[in-house]
Amino acid sequence: MFRPKQTYSRWKLLRVLSAEFKESFLMALNAVASHKLRSALTLLGVLVGVFSIIVVMTAMRAMQTKIESELDVLGGQTFAVQKLPGITFDRPDEKYWRRKDITLAQGLEVKKRATLARGVGLEMNFPVTEMFSSYAKAPPGVSLTGETPDSFAAQNWILHEGRILSDADVDGLRDVCVLGNNLAEVLFPAGSAMGERIKINGIGYSVIGVLEAKGSMQGGNQDNFAVIPITTGFGRYSSRYQSIGLMVQSRDLASFDDTVEQVRGVLRALRKVPPGGEDDFEILSQDSMMQQINSLTLAVRIGVTLVSSIALIAAGIGIMNIMLVSVTERTREIGIRRAIGAKKRNIMTQFIMEAVVLCEFGGAIGVLLGVIGGNVAAHFLKLPAVIPFDWALFGLGICSLVGIIFGTYPAYKAANLDPIESLRYE
Amino acid sequence: MSLICLKNLSRRYQMGEETIHALRDVSLEIERGEYVAIMGPSGSGKSTLMNLLGCLDTPTSGTYELNGTNVSEMDDNELAEVRNREIGFVFQTFNLLPRSNALRNVELPLIYSGMTFDERRRVALEALTAVGLADRVTHKPNELSGGQRQRVAIARALVNTPSIILADEPTGNLDSKTGDEIMTLFEDLSRKGNTVFVVTHEEEVALHARRIIRIRDGLIASDEAVKH
Repeated sequence: MFRPKQTYSRWKLLRVLSAEFKESFLMALNAVASHKLRSALTLLGVLVGVFSIIVVMTAMRAMQTKIESELDVLGGQTFAVQKLPGITFDRPDEKYWRRKDITLAQGLEVKKRATLARGVGLEMNFPVTEMFSSYAKAPPGVSLTGETPDSFAAQNWILHEGRILSDADVDGLRDVCVLGNNLAEVLFPAGSAMGERIKINGIGYSVIGVLEAKGSMQGGNQDNFAVIPITTGFGRYSSRYQSIGLMVQSRDLASFDDTVEQVRGVLRALRKVPPGGEDDFEILSQDSMMQQINSLTLAVRIGVTLVSSIALIAAGIGIMNIMLVSVTERTREIGIRRAIGAKKRNIMTQFIMEAVVLCEFGGAIGVLLGVIGGNVAAHFLKLPAVIPFDWALFGLGICSLVGIIFGTYPAYKAANLDPIESLRYE
Repeated sequence: MSLICLKNLSRRYQMGEETIHALRDVSLEIERGEYVAIMGPSGSGKSTLMNLLGCLDTPTSGTYELNGTNVSEMDDNELAEVRNREIGFVFQTFNLLPRSNALRNVELPLIYSGMTFDERRRVALEALTAVGLADRVTHKPNELSGGQRQRVAIARALVNTPSIILADEPTGNLDSKTGDEIMTLFEDLSRKGNTVFVVTHEEEVALHARRIIRIRDGLIASDEAVKH
């Protein structure tokens, strides 16, 4: 008997659709596999397009991850104040070099007047010519910084043993030092460094504390440094014309912005910046650094997107071309399918699916090579490896889109072939 | 009620300025279970009639009732469904998908009717067994002989238990011995209650049927029962 026109319940419809999806997917795999060389050449275009996006985005992500982890030292509640900007990609601007140094006196004044801050640490790097204990020499690359007590919290330095610098150490210009974990182990291999003496640039210091290990990052050791009172080092190792840095910690996240504004105001007043004039110092927070980095990399990202888009459009046209050939070649197959009950929609789905599968093959290889390539580049730049899942997904999404856009016309052509003519086609 | 009822069926083609009357006012009734041969020289309109019967084409005028449903005014999607469920095609050139094995070829109509994978496999295997190819299911068409290919095609035509089987010159590409085997298969199908149409221009083939309809110039020239 003639059955009435099928009406599907929602579940049945879902099942039929997913079965159709699966079937057309299998058919597409079959079709792609039966023309290996042709498929490979066609998906090369998509591969290149996706590769170029992913390789650059992976390298960028690696760079970003590295910078973020370095900025993590600052933490969300800490900001730094210094004379020069943290990163400049353009020529070092004369206006920065003409700025007056931030003096120790200014720093101490800020510390006194910045009432909103939990602490203001003052900091200055000193050159190291030699550093040794009676047991060993400090490893190469050791650094020496002058600090105040508040710096420890701001830098997120945690004490392993002993004590940190005190106000008395700073006020009294005492010859004491706190060692990074790794440095302490090298200088005193046998036992605790506590109470021992080391020599820095010919002057003796007592070790009063050792910090917890922070772990080494690729390319540098974070624990290879010694800390002395900023005042002690200031007279001995610095030229008079050297700028100090401020590490300011706000009480909580909510008061962060207010604290920044207060410090800015105090410092402007101390440095006699006229109202309305530009700051003659830089305030660096995690946010502002990230913003700066993002705006610097924006141009690169836009460029890559543009190039990739062109590559993908070219690839799409290639796909459309090959799909049109495929439709002509398979006219009789289309006729057979139509004769035994395929609707136009079925034919359409099948050919779009084929284009999408073709694109996805290229895309998947492109993503894979892109991630590998990006990480190889990252490796040479001494950056940690990353897998940018979001970009990988985005890349594959774009591939599907290219397949759908450029597969639709050939699929439409295939679906609208006359079944009688197609069956007769030789 | 008849299985097939054609009333004043006409099909005209426009070829530039000229109008070609491929079929003129054909009226015909076919009962369930009949075994009909359609004969006629090329250009007579027999292909047009077959396309109309197979719901591949729609008439310019007149009505075609299949199983009590008027299919002459259906849209493309509805026709596809009718073809899927009601009609099994067998072609002169077999028209199998070359890259799919026998089983996949027979399954194809079931894919479009939305049958589940397991059921599909079972039904397709049954159909292949019915035409005597149970041991050839994983062979591709180019690994099969002409007669075997046509059997696969017949299995594909049968797999959806259609109301009519339409065979267009089914022995045209076969040697006479294999052709006879195929015609015997059609006789079996007819005996089991299937309605079978065979379009042919060979008298010998037509004589297997129980009713011969001759077409000439778009008209039914004769319609007579065959005495066996």
